[in-house]
Amino acid sequence: MSIAQDEPGAQFRLSMLLNDTRYRGYTFQAVALLALIAFMAYLGVNLVQNLAAAGLNISYQFLGEPAGYDINQRLVEYTSQSTHWRAAVVGVLNTLLVAFVGCFLATVIGVFVGILRLSKNWLIRQLTSVYVEIFRNVPVLIWILIVMQIFIVVLPQPRDFKGANASASMWFDAFAFTGRGFYTPKPIWMDGSWVVVAVFLASILGVFAFRQYAKTRLYRDGVMLERFWTSLGILFVPCLVVYFIMGQPIGLDYPALKGFNFKGGVYMRNSFIALTFALSIYTAAFIAENVRAGILAVSKGQTEAAASLGLRPNRIMNLVILPQALRVIIPPLISQYLNLTKNSSLAIAVGYMDLTGTLGGITLNQTGRAIETVLLLMLFYLTISLSISFIMNIYNNAVKLKER
Amino acid sequence: MKNSLILGAMTVAGLAAGVATAGTLEDVQARGKLNCGVTTGLVGFAAPDANGEWQGFDVAVCRAVAAAVLGDASAVEFVPTTGKTRFTALASGEIDMLARNTTWTFSRDVDLKFEFTGVNYYDGQGFMVPADLGVTSAKELDGATVCIQTGTTTELNLADFFRTNNISYEPVPIETNSEAQPLYLEGACDVYTTDASGLAATRAAFENPGDHVVLPEIISKEPLGPLVRHGDNEWGDIVRWTLNALITAEELGVTSANMSDMMAGTNNPEINRLLGTEGTLGAMLGLDADWAAKALAVSGNYGEIFETNIGENTPIGLSRGLNAQWKNGGLIYSPPFR
Repeated sequence: MSIAQDEPGAQFRLSMLLNDTRYRGYTFQAVALLALIAFMAYLGVNLVQNLAAAGLNISYQFLGEPAGYDINQRLVEYTSQSTHWRAAVVGVLNTLLVAFVGCFLATVIGVFVGILRLSKNWLIRQLTSVYVEIFRNVPVLIWILIVMQIFIVVLPQPRDFKGANASASMWFDAFAFTGRGFYTPKPIWMDGSWVVVAVFLASILGVFAFRQYAKTRLYRDGVMLERFWTSLGILFVPCLVVYFIMGQPIGLDYPALKGFNFKGGVYMRNSFIALTFALSIYTAAFIAENVRAGILAVSKGQTEAAASLGLRPNRIMNLVILPQALRVIIPPLISQYLNLTKNSSLAIAVGYMDLTGTLGGITLNQTGRAIETVLLLMLFYLTISLSISFIMNIYNNAVKLKER
Repeated sequence: MKNSLILGAMTVAGLAAGVATAGTLEDVQARGKLNCGVTTGLVGFAAPDANGEWQGFDVAVCRAVAAAVLGDASAVEFVPTTGKTRFTALASGEIDMLARNTTWTFSRDVDLKFEFTGVNYYDGQGFMVPADLGVTSAKELDGATVCIQTGTTTELNLADFFRTNNISYEPVPIETNSEAQPLYLEGACDVYTTDASGLAATRAAFENPGDHVVLPEIISKEPLGPLVRHGDNEWGDIVRWTLNALITAEELGVTSANMSDMMAGTNNPEINRLLGTEGTLGAMLGLDADWAAKALAVSGNYGEIFETNIGENTPIGLSRGLNAQWKNGGLIYSPPFR
């Protein structure tokens, strides 16, 4: 439109920057930008001056020095002689572990509760709304502490498993549930175990292929194949057959009480379980509300139309309502995932060594490099959060309404 | 994103900005209150009593300094700090001094830019276990779960101890002493480790202290003392010599009971100099002549403070040991008042 107003040959004059509506906006934006840059530069210079005055120099050299402390949960090799950088990596992995498991559990619980909140059953509806209201309205730190406290007080400690008349015992001699965490058997991979794993992976692909085939048959011939039991069969039968043919190449390492603690098997620490569980049930309350909102956003006519076609209620939910509701659910779900990830930095309350515990806790303390570690910490959380947003946005683009 | 980074750094720097301003002494006098960093609660060293008044061995040092500088032992704002927050609080100027059983180490003194003004308790790291565990030596702790306060020298000592003895352990990091207690008592940890004095104080607060034993091994040297920021030597001198005054008073036999008699003048010139009836020591510090007398009037000399807060007749029941006067075979020794 501005082109239409242009008189041919009109000269650009400096005063037009203020007087001409075409340029005035840009002028003000440029002035605002310059002011912002000047302000930030002032803050930056001030920061550097004050740091110099306080005798603090920014240096990341400490990252290469030995950390000197031990970390209980290590997903990668780490000893007290490893560097501070390595300790930070251990922390990042621990954070990611909690974030991943937490988001998964929160989604499962949240979707389940969200659907139940719309149940026709009065009791279920009230129970789930009590759950949502209680968990949404109490700070998550309190929940973490409550879960940890219950964990420690209710469950038996390893010493209770000792002696002739022990007050606690293991489940099937394979699982131990103690106040210090859960112990489960650990698979031992022997020669030839890769064949079984390969068959298992192939079976998973097989299940998908079968489901695709069943769908084609349904659409083409109108024949509904039995899917659940067949899928289960495809998943497990070939594996078991190969497992015995190969001479049982996968063994189990059972946990056993030795000295102060159980040894062997997989050890899930109380701090990990308490933190993950508390974060999941807390975030699930929010997700439940998102799910409920998403379902209510699908017009009732859809349900009625599906019902008039003869679909059963659970099929209506799976085939008609949820796919449409997902478009409303996903965007707020992303921010819940981000919340959960960031809330995991409360881990130190239960002694879980996440990134804030290692880099932002012990390393910060032992080296006294507060500014450096906090900056690094912010950078890590920013990266993790943006990655989660990125991945979830890809998914969101896949499910959102395709406008043609 | 960049903005938030800079703003975040700004906040940190803003905290640090108050450091190199005017002298701390003038600040404290202008404020009329001493900001003293203490623990969040360790009975005997620093904990509020039933009336909400802070009491303890470290608290007494704060009060003595407040009395020397402001003439009022109650003009102290006690700032509870955790092992993690204490150094930031001091470096940022939030507190004027830190009396929080803090170990004097090279890197804290040199790299973190603090000034330790002396040692008021010679300590060492020990282990506490439930008696029914039947453990008699720390070397039998292979595979044990150990609760440690994070952000302290203890977690470094612990890693070194287990590594040199080639035994394994499972560390459980805890933020404060009060959070560690339930974990230890419920059996989520087999062992609780911190400075031996801290263990004694913690055990005293248990329902059945007799069910827990402190193992004989002391695995580190932990000289604990008050500290101030680098760069303000006048303020450092005041805190250093207030502590020395408490120690010297015990050595010279000046107690809260006989102090008023001695104020009238004695034939021991060092006592006279200490109490300000002779010489100009107070003026050299920029304080009143009777600064040390005011500090001593609060809760007596070093020995009296020790006995009332953590001595053998208290629930904590620590013997003087290394913390006896040098004349009695201990390490407590003050330079002369001259």
